[in-house]
Amino acid sequence: MGNKRAGPGTFVEDGKIFAAQLGIKNVRPDGVSVVPLSGQYIPLRGDLVVGKIVDIGPSNWLVDINSPYPAPLHVNEVPWRVEFGETSKFMSVGDVVLLTVVDVSETKRITVSMQDHGLRKLTGGMVIEVSPSKVPRVIGRNGSMIQMLKNETGCRIYVGQNGRIWIDGDLDNIVKAIQAVKMIEEEAHGLGLTEKVKKFLEQSSRRGA
Amino acid sequence: MNRAPGEERENMGGTPTDLKLIDENGRRLDGRLADDMRPLKIEAGVLSRADGSAYVEWGLNKVMAAVYGPRECHPRHLQNPERALVQCHYNMASFSVDDRKRPGPDRRSHEISKIISEALTNVVFTEYFPRTSIDVYIEVLQANAGTRCAGLTAASVALADAGVPMRDLVASCAAGKAANTMVVDLAKEEDNFGQADIPLGYVPRTGEIVLLQMDGDLTYDEFDKGLNMAVNACKKVYEIQRDALKRRYAARSVDAEMAAPVAGAVKEGM
Repeated sequence: MGNKRAGPGTFVEDGKIFAAQLGIKNVRPDGVSVVPLSGQYIPLRGDLVVGKIVDIGPSNWLVDINSPYPAPLHVNEVPWRVEFGETSKFMSVGDVVLLTVVDVSETKRITVSMQDHGLRKLTGGMVIEVSPSKVPRVIGRNGSMIQMLKNETGCRIYVGQNGRIWIDGDLDNIVKAIQAVKMIEEEAHGLGLTEKVKKFLEQSSRRGA
Repeated sequence: MNRAPGEERENMGGTPTDLKLIDENGRRLDGRLADDMRPLKIEAGVLSRADGSAYVEWGLNKVMAAVYGPRECHPRHLQNPERALVQCHYNMASFSVDDRKRPGPDRRSHEISKIISEALTNVVFTEYFPRTSIDVYIEVLQANAGTRCAGLTAASVALADAGVPMRDLVASCAAGKAANTMVVDLAKEEDNFGQADIPLGYVPRTGEIVLLQMDGDLTYDEFDKGLNMAVNACKKVYEIQRDALKRRYAARSVDAEMAAPVAGAVKEGM
């Protein structure tokens, strides 16, 4: 491949670039990468994730972020002042939280934080899961897809890079949004996806009216 | 190698000693020539609960493989701080052979689980996922000799379907000696009443061998010939594996509602 850079999803052997994953080839002037069609969520620094509290310690919560690695949320990383051993007064097992991945170490030890603009405990609403490899499609280019979903359904939606999506609004609208997301997931790699989803949402809102 | 009840080598109650494994025309019992494989059909992504899956029909063998992970490794003492663990579980269904197989792990299935794990570890980028485990479950629904090869073939397709980064797929096929002739992809009778069997796991891109066993006696020349035959068969297997993976996504984008050929076959049977 000449002097192209081997991007994500590829590896180099004997000066040649090969795909490491089943996916779609993406050739750019400066490099080659493979966009995977499936796979687990592997945390990256800066990712926004929707997590679920699965365990409580005296100075931290253990959060499931839908990845092979557990994510401890330390009391120093939450927006409240928490005394030692008082963690359960703030959040309990089963609560859903919006976090960012602050750091991923060489050995994949993960640090998450709730101390940033907009990060919080998510109350109400529903959480659905999609394949993490489809998340970019749900968000769309520059957030076009998710923006349209929000506008058409009037729901509040957060899409975590880990494939978890939190949706809150009227029940009818939530159902509509979930159907749309499922549609995006199934037809993620078809052409004219945004148009298709838009049509679907307009149709279903007419039916609902 | 340890054998499942249906794969016994011993003469159980009347071995057809006059059984002609290869006839005058060089045709085998099922009409194949020495270097013909049994018909192979692979389908990827057949299970929706697993992260990746594949179903293989290879002659009369029917094998299902499911992959989970990379996921947190339990028990914790097994996890490796530097790499992922590829854990394989090979199991034969009790109804997979003529006499009912006593369910549960036995010496033979432990061995096969181990060699398949080791074969797959060689192609997976285990260093990308420290402390995790990639679990591969292989269920043999129907056995007719060569289930370890069918299992490995299915498992590597399932791994690719799960999006696990790999250097290449592992293709697998056996060669052996029956009626004093080297043949490829032994069927049950040839395995039971033949003289030798060499299962092979092969990485076509690099030409590496990741699984090689031998049961029975062969001269060096025979072994060499058998190995060559098996390698050539593996290359054919590899093409079918790749095709299965391509079809999985082609079928989806054209028509999501398209019935899987397997379901169609069941309907016809009813």
